[in-house]
Amino acid sequence: MKKKKRLTLLGDILGCIFGILIFAVPFVFMFVNSLKDRREANLLNLSLPTEWMWENFKEVISANNYQILTAFKNSIILTAGSLLILILAGSMAGYVLQRRSDRTTRTVDTIVMTGLMIPPAILPTIWVMQGLHIYKTMFGMILVETALQIPFTIMLYKGFMNTIPVELEEAGYIDGCTRGRMFVKVIFPLLKPVTSTIIILNAVTIFNDFTNPLYFLPGNDNVTVQLTLYNFMGRYSSSYNLLFADVLIITVPMLILFLIFNKKIVDGMVAGAVKG
Amino acid sequence: MNKKKVYSTWFLVPALTIFLVFFIIPMVTSLFFSLTVWDLKSFTFCGLDNFKTFFGERSLSISVRNTLIYAFMTSGLKVVIAFFIALFLTSKIRTKNFLRALVFFPNLVSAVAIGIVFKALMHPSKGLINAALEAIGIAGPNWLGDTNLALFSVIAVDVWKGVSISTVIFIAGITSIDSSYYEAASIDGATRWQTIRHIVMPLVRTSTNTIITLSLIGGLRCFDLIWAMTKGGPGFATDVLSSVVYKQYASGFYGLSTAGNVIMFILIAIIAFPLQRFLNRREVYN
Repeated sequence: MKKKKRLTLLGDILGCIFGILIFAVPFVFMFVNSLKDRREANLLNLSLPTEWMWENFKEVISANNYQILTAFKNSIILTAGSLLILILAGSMAGYVLQRRSDRTTRTVDTIVMTGLMIPPAILPTIWVMQGLHIYKTMFGMILVETALQIPFTIMLYKGFMNTIPVELEEAGYIDGCTRGRMFVKVIFPLLKPVTSTIIILNAVTIFNDFTNPLYFLPGNDNVTVQLTLYNFMGRYSSSYNLLFADVLIITVPMLILFLIFNKKIVDGMVAGAVKG
Repeated sequence: MNKKKVYSTWFLVPALTIFLVFFIIPMVTSLFFSLTVWDLKSFTFCGLDNFKTFFGERSLSISVRNTLIYAFMTSGLKVVIAFFIALFLTSKIRTKNFLRALVFFPNLVSAVAIGIVFKALMHPSKGLINAALEAIGIAGPNWLGDTNLALFSVIAVDVWKGVSISTVIFIAGITSIDSSYYEAASIDGATRWQTIRHIVMPLVRTSTNTIITLSLIGGLRCFDLIWAMTKGGPGFATDVLSSVVYKQYASGFYGLSTAGNVIMFILIAIIAFPLQRFLNRREVYN
């Protein structure tokens, strides 16, 4: 028994060493280098800064006429707007798709689920957006993000609807509840656990999305955080300190979210992935 | 209860409209536009010319090969590595909560940010990885500059980023195995390895299948990490289908770009759908 205990301790130590080496070093590296001056940071080593340059962050924030603040505002609008539509449209669709099984719902289900596998067709999407005069607008971008995340959202809602007994609704209708009220007052509140999973998962995906804003939302006014990061990469390729400061500023909101909701995020990811 | 009336089709309309307009219509029309030369306003039909160009030019067709290597390698490595990390993290170690958080965190950082950091770490002369290799007497290669190595360097970073979610899925699978299986095995005198091979591995098959499908599809459509790290270079060594789609779009060849997109659909359809069917058939239910 004693031998076993010692073995676990060894596992603990080795695990921590490898874990930190492989997963934490890149972040520590980024952090110390973001606080050095340019020359020192360009050596790209792990030593502590000789002088702690907190003003790097100030410089990054004020760069390009405070572009990063605009970017944060845009990314938050994009994420929040898409989430709102996703939750409303997704919960309604998931509810009906799970409860009813006839030709219409089966067809809809098949169509929507293709979206889980097939990637979007980029240029024709731009073509459609131009036709609707919403290309390069935040509104258009929100709709595209919504369309891309809706299969996954519906899938999660559908999965969760399985666990809600139908008797509840039957009782409601006998008491004379209308179907709109039924959904808003009874079903939607019961979906709360899966709604929070959906919020977390989609928020991470949309906030971190680089590809779609690159295609569908070009232009300096509409820039999102991931795009500023990408632009910085070109502009500050020789000042790693500023580049890393920028990466940190953009990563910190996620880090804070993670520290608060750690368990919930991980559970949500599992729920989402396993049902897929 | 009249199901059609209670669960009104109207509930499907908002989601379905958005999905049809911004996903299905572009997907269907892409089949047509891939056969044309167009500039988003007018088009000229040109038959299969775009596809001929695509497969005729090595700089473009190499992307199909790279995409396949990328998808299968990331997916395979993630399954194997994640399985062993998950086994380790479900054993009796005390620091497992800390380690789980550590392994998980890269998942929340955007691919562009990770690309930037690893580009610096993989710097050929002063990067941390080569400095570490030098300390033990190995001359480190030029990770992202060598045409034979660049693709595998990006694959390694993708695995680093994506292994967390696979690990979490495996942890969920392993912890849901009934303890009576382990008891039976230990009564029969099974070794640790036999337990893993004949109990854990078959019973986490559902998780394995999920991970394979998810990471394979993710690998087939990957763009942001590759673009942030190498932009498809050096030369065309790390060009995948999605980066070709972007490059052709950026240089104004919209028909060719759409053709690349269609090739991506076809590739995913012929790999992912049969694979899923095959994997589902092999599942063991517990």
